[in-house]
Amino acid sequence: MAKILVLFAHPALEKSRVHAKLLRHIQKLKGVTVNDLYEEYPDFDVDIKREQQLLQEHNIIVWQHPFYWYSAPALIKQWIDLVLEHGWAYGRGGVALQNKHIFNAISSGGSKQAYGTEALNRPTIRQYLAPFEQTAKLCKMHYLPPFIIHGTHKLSENEMDAHAENYAALLQYFQQNNLSGEDLQSIYCLNDLLSSQTVKHN
Amino acid sequence: MDQHSFFFQAMVYLAAAVVCVPLAKKLGLGSVLGYLLAGILIGPAVLGFVGEEGQDIMHFAEFGVVMMLFVIGLELEPALLWKLRVAILGLGGLQVLLTAGALAGIAIAFGLSWKAAVAMGMILSLSSTAIVLQTLNEKKLMKSQAGQSAFSVLLFQDIAVIPMLAVLPLLATLVPSSTNNNHDKTLVSGQPAWVQTLIVLGCVAAIIIAGRYVIKYFLRLMAQTRLREVFTASTLLLVVGIAVLMTQVGLSPALGTFLAGVVLADSEYRHELESDIDPFKGLLLGLFFIAVGASIDFNLIARQPGLIFGLVALLMLVKAVVLFLLGKFFRLGTGQNLLFSLSLSQVGEFAFVLFSFSLQQGILPQAEAGIMIVVVAVSMAITPLLMLLNEKVLQPKFADKKTSVEREADIVDEKNAVIIAGFGRFGNIVGRFLKANKVDTTVLEIDSDRVDLLRKYGYKVYYGDATRYDLLHAAGAGEAKLLIVALGDPEKALELVVTCKKHFPHLRLLVRAYDRPDTFELMDAGMLHIYRETIDSSLRMGVDALKLLGRRRYQAQRSARLFLKHDERSLKQLAAVRDDSKEFISTSRDFIDELEQMIQKDLIEKVQLQYDLGWDEESLISEANRSAE
Repeated sequence: MAKILVLFAHPALEKSRVHAKLLRHIQKLKGVTVNDLYEEYPDFDVDIKREQQLLQEHNIIVWQHPFYWYSAPALIKQWIDLVLEHGWAYGRGGVALQNKHIFNAISSGGSKQAYGTEALNRPTIRQYLAPFEQTAKLCKMHYLPPFIIHGTHKLSENEMDAHAENYAALLQYFQQNNLSGEDLQSIYCLNDLLSSQTVKHN
Repeated sequence: MDQHSFFFQAMVYLAAAVVCVPLAKKLGLGSVLGYLLAGILIGPAVLGFVGEEGQDIMHFAEFGVVMMLFVIGLELEPALLWKLRVAILGLGGLQVLLTAGALAGIAIAFGLSWKAAVAMGMILSLSSTAIVLQTLNEKKLMKSQAGQSAFSVLLFQDIAVIPMLAVLPLLATLVPSSTNNNHDKTLVSGQPAWVQTLIVLGCVAAIIIAGRYVIKYFLRLMAQTRLREVFTASTLLLVVGIAVLMTQVGLSPALGTFLAGVVLADSEYRHELESDIDPFKGLLLGLFFIAVGASIDFNLIARQPGLIFGLVALLMLVKAVVLFLLGKFFRLGTGQNLLFSLSLSQVGEFAFVLFSFSLQQGILPQAEAGIMIVVVAVSMAITPLLMLLNEKVLQPKFADKKTSVEREADIVDEKNAVIIAGFGRFGNIVGRFLKANKVDTTVLEIDSDRVDLLRKYGYKVYYGDATRYDLLHAAGAGEAKLLIVALGDPEKALELVVTCKKHFPHLRLLVRAYDRPDTFELMDAGMLHIYRETIDSSLRMGVDALKLLGRRRYQAQRSARLFLKHDERSLKQLAAVRDDSKEFISTSRDFIDELEQMIQKDLIEKVQLQYDLGWDEESLISEANRSAE
C-alpha cells in the first residue's frame, strides 16, 4: 500500500471552509500523513531534516493549498527552497525523490470557465502550475495532474462535502492502485479521473 | 603648621598642574612638557614656591615610575616579552655598552680621570623611563616598532642599574665612610656574592610563583568583598609590597613590579588592576615631572649657559647617534629609527641618584657633578620638544608608511568589535548567541564568581564596573563598533549610556531596559535600540496560551508581532506626551494610570490588531454571491 504525504499550507485555516472540510475527510485515513506546514512552522523555520525524512517515508506527495494569486501560499515556496536540496533532491547524486508521484490539490475562487478558455486567451491552471511541474521533473518525480476545486466562493455545504469525499476517495484509490503503469497525463484534473473510475467500478 | 604647609604645598603643585598641563596639551606640547613647565613655574627660578624639598619630592614621586612599569607589565603578555628577548639583550646591552664607552672616551678627552670618566659614561648611558614611556604612551606609539625597541632598551637599562651600583664603589677614590654604607644597607649586603645571587634569583622566582597562584587567589577574595576601595587597596599593597621586597634584596623595584605585571597580564583582573593603579601612577608621574622642572638650577645655567647647553647638545647627539646606528643594525626603518633614537637621547632620572651616590663615594668631583645634574635635567626637559620636532618635521619626511599601517592593524586585531556590559541572565544570552555566530565579544562583568566560571569555559570576560570610562577604554571601546548594555541595574545602564555618548560617540548602543519608565529615560537619552527585558517572553507566552486554546499557531504569532508593533508605537506616543514635571512611576498609583493609558490605546487601535485581510475571503464571497443574484 502506497503511503501518502499531504503537505498542507493555509495561513488562515480558521477562515477556510473548503480546506477545513478536505482535511476532516482525509485526516483519519490510514497511510495518509497530513503535514500542517503553517502550524508546524509559524515562523517559517522549516525543519529540513524532518521534512526530508517524511518525504522518504512516503510514495505519493500532495501539495494541498489554496490557489492564492495563481500560485501557492508563501510557506510552500519556502518549503521548496529549503527542503529540496541540491545533491539530495536533484543534481548529481540527488535521487532521494526519484520515481515518487506528486501533485497539487488546490482550491480556487475562480470558476472553471475563468481559466483556459480559448476565447479569453487565458492560461490554463496546468500552465500556471508549470513551476511545480518542472520542480517535480528536476527531482525525477512523476508530476500528476492537479486536483482542483473551482468557484469556492459560491459552493454550498453539500457541494463542498461532495468535493471532500471525492478527494478522500482519490487518495484511497492511489493507495490501492499501482500508479506507475497508468497514463494520467491526458486528463485535465484528477477530479475527472475519479469520476471515470467510479463509472468503471459501477 | 606642618599640616598647613603640607596642604599649601599640595595646593601649589595641583594648581600648577591644573593650569599648565591642559594648556600644554592644547598647544600640542604633550602632558610631560606641561608638567615640566609647571615645575619651572613654581620652582626657585620663577615663583619660588618650591625650594630644596623639590629633590625629596622627586625621590618620592619616582614611585610613579614603579607603578608605570607595573601597568606596562600588565599590558605585556609573557609571549610578547619572550619575542622581545633579542631586542632587550642585544639592542639594550649594546646601547648601554657602546654609549657608556663613547661618553667615557669624551669625558677623558675633557680631562677627567679614567675612573671618573667610566662612572660618568655609565651614568649618562641611561635614559628616562618616565619621560620616554609617558610620551610614547600619550602619542599611542608604544606598539610601534620604535616604541617596542625603546621599551626593550629601557628594560635592559633597568636591569643594568644593579651591576652599576655594584661597580661604582670599586671606582671610588675615597675610602667610603661608614655613614654612606648605612645609607645603602640591604638584606643582602655583606653576604658573599653567590648568596646574593641566589637571593636575587629566589625573589624573582617568588614573584612569578606568587603571581601565578597566590596573588590571583588573593585578588579573587578581595573582589568578592565587592568593595571597590578594598580592591584598590589590595592593588596598591601589591605594588608597594613588591617594591619593598625588591629594595630589600637590592633589586630595582620597577623591575620587580614589571615582572609582577607580566605575570598578572593574563589574569581576569587585569583591567581592574590597571584602572586602579592608573590614577596613582598618573599623579605620581606628574609630580615627578614637576619636581624635575622645579629642580633645574637656572642660576647655574645663567652663569655658564654656553657650557651647559653645549654639553647637553653634545651628550644628546652622541646618545642619539649611537642609538641610530644600533637601530640601523637592528633593521629599523628610517622613520621608526629617528623616533627610537631621539626618544632615548636624554639622560634618565636614575642619574640623579647615581650622581649623588658617586659624590658620596668621591668618584666625581663636586663641581662636575653639579653641572652634570643640571645637564641631565635640561636634557630631560628638552626631550618632549625633540619628540615634537620629530613628529612635526622629521616624520613627515621619513615616515615608513608601510610599518605604521601594519602596526595599526595589529592593535585593531586584539580588540573585539562587540563589547557586552553585564553577562548576567540577559547579557549571557546575547553573548552566547553572538559566539554561536562566530562573533567574538569582550565581556565586562562585575560578579567575580561569574567571571571565573565563564573564563573556565574560554569566554573573554573581564572583571570590572562597566560604567567606568577607564575600564571601557581599556576594553577597547575606542575601537569597538557595538556596545551591548545588558546591565541589570537601570541606573547603571543609564550612567553607562551617558558616559558612552560623551566619550565614545561612534559606538552604537543596544540597551536592555527594565520597564517602561526606564525605557522612557533611555529614549530621552537618544537611544534607538531599546529592548524591554520582558516584552518578548510575555508575548511568546501569550502565543502559546492561544495555541493551547486551539488557535492556529501562525495567526497567534502574527498577532503577537502586530501587538508588539502596536505596543512600541503606543510607547513612543506616550513618551512624547508624558508629564516630565513629576517623578514617573514612583508610586503604584502612577503605574495604574499608565496601565490605563495603555489599555485605552489598545481599544482605540483595535482595527490594526485584526487579522490580515489578504487572507480573508469574506468580502470575496459576498461579492461573488451578489453578482450571482
